[in-house]
Amino acid sequence: MNSATKPKIAVHKFSSCDGCQLSFLNTGEDLITLSKLVDIVHFAEAGILSPNEKVDIAFIEGSMTTSEEVERIHKIRENSKYLIAIGACATAGGIQALRNFSNSNVEKWKNKIYERPETINSLPTSTPVSAHVNVDLEIWGCPPSSSQIYTTIRCYLSGVTADIPQDALCLHCKRKNIVCVLVAKGLNCMGPVTKTGCGVLCPSKDRECYNCFGPAENINCLSLGKRFQELDLSNEEISRRFLLINNSAPAFKKWGEYFKKMAHKENII
Amino acid sequence: MQNNIFYLLPHSKLPLLISILGTEKFEIIGPQSIDGSIVYEKIENVDQLPWGILDYQWPGIYRLENTDINKAFIFTNGPQALKPYLFRAQELLFEVEKKENKNNKKKLNFIPAKEEAPKLAFIGARACDLAAMAIQDKIFLADTHLDIYYRSRRENLFIIAVNCIRSSANCFCASTGDGPKVTKLYDILMTEIEENFVVQVGTDNGKRIIDQLELSHALPEHIKEADEYVEQAGLQQTKKLPDTNLRNLLFSNLNHPRWNDVAKRCLSCTNCTQVCPTCFCHSSLEQAILDGTKSGHYRVWDSCFTCGHSYIHGRVIRDDTRKRYRQWLTHKLGSWYDQFGTSGCVGCGRCITWCPVGIDITEETYAIYDNQNNDKEIIKEIIK
Repeated sequence: MNSATKPKIAVHKFSSCDGCQLSFLNTGEDLITLSKLVDIVHFAEAGILSPNEKVDIAFIEGSMTTSEEVERIHKIRENSKYLIAIGACATAGGIQALRNFSNSNVEKWKNKIYERPETINSLPTSTPVSAHVNVDLEIWGCPPSSSQIYTTIRCYLSGVTADIPQDALCLHCKRKNIVCVLVAKGLNCMGPVTKTGCGVLCPSKDRECYNCFGPAENINCLSLGKRFQELDLSNEEISRRFLLINNSAPAFKKWGEYFKKMAHKENII
Repeated sequence: MQNNIFYLLPHSKLPLLISILGTEKFEIIGPQSIDGSIVYEKIENVDQLPWGILDYQWPGIYRLENTDINKAFIFTNGPQALKPYLFRAQELLFEVEKKENKNNKKKLNFIPAKEEAPKLAFIGARACDLAAMAIQDKIFLADTHLDIYYRSRRENLFIIAVNCIRSSANCFCASTGDGPKVTKLYDILMTEIEENFVVQVGTDNGKRIIDQLELSHALPEHIKEADEYVEQAGLQQTKKLPDTNLRNLLFSNLNHPRWNDVAKRCLSCTNCTQVCPTCFCHSSLEQAILDGTKSGHYRVWDSCFTCGHSYIHGRVIRDDTRKRYRQWLTHKLGSWYDQFGTSGCVGCGRCITWCPVGIDITEETYAIYDNQNNDKEIIKEIIK
């Protein structure tokens, strides 16, 4: 393939920790193969800068937290055939979306924390890409899996849409013959409501899943929350299990707030 | 061959059995206490067996206790046993290679996966595991759709079955008629008594191995002790399924309010189906290497609780948990009879234990049985 016919891709960064871009870069030999298959025209973390170029696929890392970012994402959308959101920030608003729950206290905090708050121009909310422009595909996770990102590119090159599994993590845990940490140890594992894709990282290390891959399809957060109550978790703690990295994913937001309200009621009594 | 000779295998001769199996080039799989559960993995010596370990099971809860009881098989079961060794959780079926021939024409080469299976000696299969294997045999060894990979593993499997001498609070094999006594499909069958095993052989292969151990015959009191243990295990069971035609019961109650009730609790997380020793649903997975020159086609465990399971031509047919749970139960206890001439449930209780919210298949079935809203017209239709 000569360079003229190679598809162009761009990796754009918004409000984020750069970890998703590392998922892109941490692939060893595959990164070299990728560079032969596509032209990477913009990728700040890799030192390639051409943000306004027209591309076949634009990968977006990060959430929208400033008006400059909102403007920029619209431009990128215009310049891209396919727009793919990667990571918890771009798909759900990220950990920084916790500010969405603070009833516009952001201004107050800003003045308390920063020496020159007037230099900070941020929106009261942190929102996913899909809240602003049409998104063709979302690859969830904090960080997202390198394999899902590369599979997506391979599928694009082959002319098909990537199939990102939406199943609960439990399915993968059982396929890997990992003993259920919730049933055998009473850990408050979020696996039953969390999308698979991480390769069962935490349960295979004897830890409970903390939902960094966002909500799976057809989940039942209320039932799991009630199970956590039986495991002696307080409503406040249950609420925090939901309101973590993917706090603003609609299903987690709804049930996180539900258990928060329950905790609040207890406090009043 | 199945004969009525009972041998006595002292605990002290168990290492010899292991070493004979090793000499016969078997990879030996046995129960071990790993990560808070009984897991069947490769073993090399008898010390790895779960000596004195008791399991306690309740809906959604599994716990182990270390005791000084000098028995290796006093536990009942763990999340898996034989199934992952015969029906693999992920299995390559074929690869496709993109090749260019001399005339620069592109061609696809399809390369089937090799049907290689190691000789496997599986120690500790229980009555429910073997009943489940008999059901999976019907699925994977049927003439019309023979699975060659399953077959080669099945043919290379040497089974040392163990009778249960204890039941967990979730066991109900006595009510399904599948246990606790092992009656079939074993090469060697052992029942653990004080300091010894009472041993029977089920095949010529089994006899060949046992003969090498030079065992004495068990005395009547040993056989009596073994029988009493197994009988006691059956009597310990408190759960059961309704003694009725479950297929007709469930299909005439498709709109029963209990389906809504269970859907409120069910997580649709797939755990029940993944630990079920008879569930056989799978999906396929295509994994291409990045440069696109080669791709692997895999079969992976799936579940009727996923959206992909009922995704047909642009839509998901069973789009909510009520429909998915109902599909599972009506298949397991109902339409399984139409498909395979048997129930799909062997009473192992795994779906009850390993459900994170402890949904109990026997309780759900009884809830419908005890409060039937039988539609006479539907029953007529089903019986036809």
